[in-house]
Amino acid sequence: MASKVLHAIFTDDDILMQAVKALREKKYSIDEVFCPFPVHGLDKAMGLPHTRLAITSFLYGLVGLAVATWMMNFMMIEDWPQNIGGKPSFSYLENMPAFVPIMFEMTVFFAAHLMVITFYMRSKLWPFKKAENPDVRTTDDKFLMEISVNENNVQAIAEVLHENGASEIKLIDNK
Amino acid sequence: MYTMSNKIKLFSLILIIIGAIGLVVSFINAPSSVEEVKEMLHAESASHGGESVAMVGDDHASEDAHADEHAEHVYHQLQNKPWAALYVPALFIFLISLGVFVFYALQNAAQAGWSPVLFRVMEGIASYLVPGGILVYLLLVLSSLHLNHLFVWMDPDVVAHDEIIQNKTAYLNTPFFLIRASIYILGWILFSKLIIKNSRKMDEGFDLSLHKRNFKLSAGFLVFFIVTESMMSWDWIMSIDTHWFSTLFGWFVLASILVSAVTTIALVTIYLKGKGYLEYVNNSHIHDLAKFMMGFSIFWAYLWFSQFLLIWYSNIPEEVTYYAARLQDYPVLFFGTVILNWALPMLILINSDFKRINWIVVFAGIIILVGNYLNFFVMIMPGTVGESWSIGIPEVSSILLISGIFIFTVFKALAKAPLTVKHSAFLEESKQYHY
Repeated sequence: MASKVLHAIFTDDDILMQAVKALREKKYSIDEVFCPFPVHGLDKAMGLPHTRLAITSFLYGLVGLAVATWMMNFMMIEDWPQNIGGKPSFSYLENMPAFVPIMFEMTVFFAAHLMVITFYMRSKLWPFKKAENPDVRTTDDKFLMEISVNENNVQAIAEVLHENGASEIKLIDNK
Repeated sequence: MYTMSNKIKLFSLILIIIGAIGLVVSFINAPSSVEEVKEMLHAESASHGGESVAMVGDDHASEDAHADEHAEHVYHQLQNKPWAALYVPALFIFLISLGVFVFYALQNAAQAGWSPVLFRVMEGIASYLVPGGILVYLLLVLSSLHLNHLFVWMDPDVVAHDEIIQNKTAYLNTPFFLIRASIYILGWILFSKLIIKNSRKMDEGFDLSLHKRNFKLSAGFLVFFIVTESMMSWDWIMSIDTHWFSTLFGWFVLASILVSAVTTIALVTIYLKGKGYLEYVNNSHIHDLAKFMMGFSIFWAYLWFSQFLLIWYSNIPEEVTYYAARLQDYPVLFFGTVILNWALPMLILINSDFKRINWIVVFAGIIILVGNYLNFFVMIMPGTVGESWSIGIPEVSSILLISGIFIFTVFKALAKAPLTVKHSAFLEESKQYHY
């Protein structure tokens, strides 16, 4: 870990994108960008890998479907196959239409909630978590870019940032 | 500017000729008398090694009477067969072009920013409304002239002995039926002609009043459409099973129309793009169409299941016969449509990357079109040919005939105007569209 980082503040997301592209072109790696709102295309410009949340959601949905199917097969068919209003409880398939609403809802429930929880865990979000905010203005109207530097490249990086419209550049010790 | 290639012309003409020959053959092969059917049934039971003999009781007279009745029944079904085989694709493909026009009107009324580069493709497909509408109307007229027994309530002998149908004759009578049908078809064609004419006129220069007029016409058409579509599905499809009714039937048919229509737009777009014609169409446009394909196929499954579940669950005899007939005689097709129209498209198109790959969209599209043809098949056949159904020469040749006419009309219409509209309020946005 580099001992010092540069904090560059931008006032506009277009200028921020320009600076990201300029830094990436010169092969400097950006640690983090703080924005007050989602900037369209920023992840692509920074070269971040695509999220796999959708894939986990699909798998969680399958789990939900399996849980619903197993639950109702056990309760309605195996454990106590009563005759309720003449519905055929001889096999799961015969009575399946009646189970579909629950199978659907359980699939959605598992897919949605487990994906959200996955998102919280992966992004390390929970109540009473200490906010990691390098500058309070980034939640309002400023964009902040954080770049690890060492003695050799600090000047070069600062120049690139300056040329690309950074309104403030600060060199601070990395804690 | 697109010119219709000779290959397509030849291909569609071959389809029409093969289809027409096959259809003529199947009309000739349809049994012309009950005697012929009796012989046929006899030969069939003989080839089964006399199994049927054991089933029938001892009383010779009642056995004969029963066999006669059965032969008469089968005779009507077999006579209906080529008619129903022609009616299914004629209706299905006509409704596809109608659905495409509905989608076009939706894009206008919603002021969509992604779709103007696809407008000409939609207009081209909607041009089949005229020949398709004439064809469907002709079939309805022929039915009302008693050339076939597709609609059982058109037969006065049947109605005379059927109290349920008698109570419905205020709505289900031939003159009113034909008047209604002509109102729907003429209305749809009129709206399409007006809106498309305005769009062509706009090529000469952007005109805000034309844009506004098309917006209003589209909104008006959508109101007209949703009323007429609902009644159309009662008239042309639900009335085949005259004793049965379902309240969400119109929506169910609508879902089938929309998913096939969007699929057809996607297929024609991918074809034209592949030939290098649609300069501004990118894979984001294909992605959007594929999303609509997936969404509407899930919508179809939702309505299919809602209709089935409610009737299966309450199990009221007067409603459930509809599904009993299908489960007994069409089990594979009945459940097969769910796999083709919902499970496969959903699993194939759920992946965002797959929705941008042409061959995958084409693959899913073919599955959806086949599945929705079978959906119409399962809606219409049980009431017209019952257990005597098959997918043979009459069915395949009428699909070939109608799709030949469809392809010829559509690509001829596509060649009539530049494939990208020259002016539209949202054209620039659509050209830059990126998802």
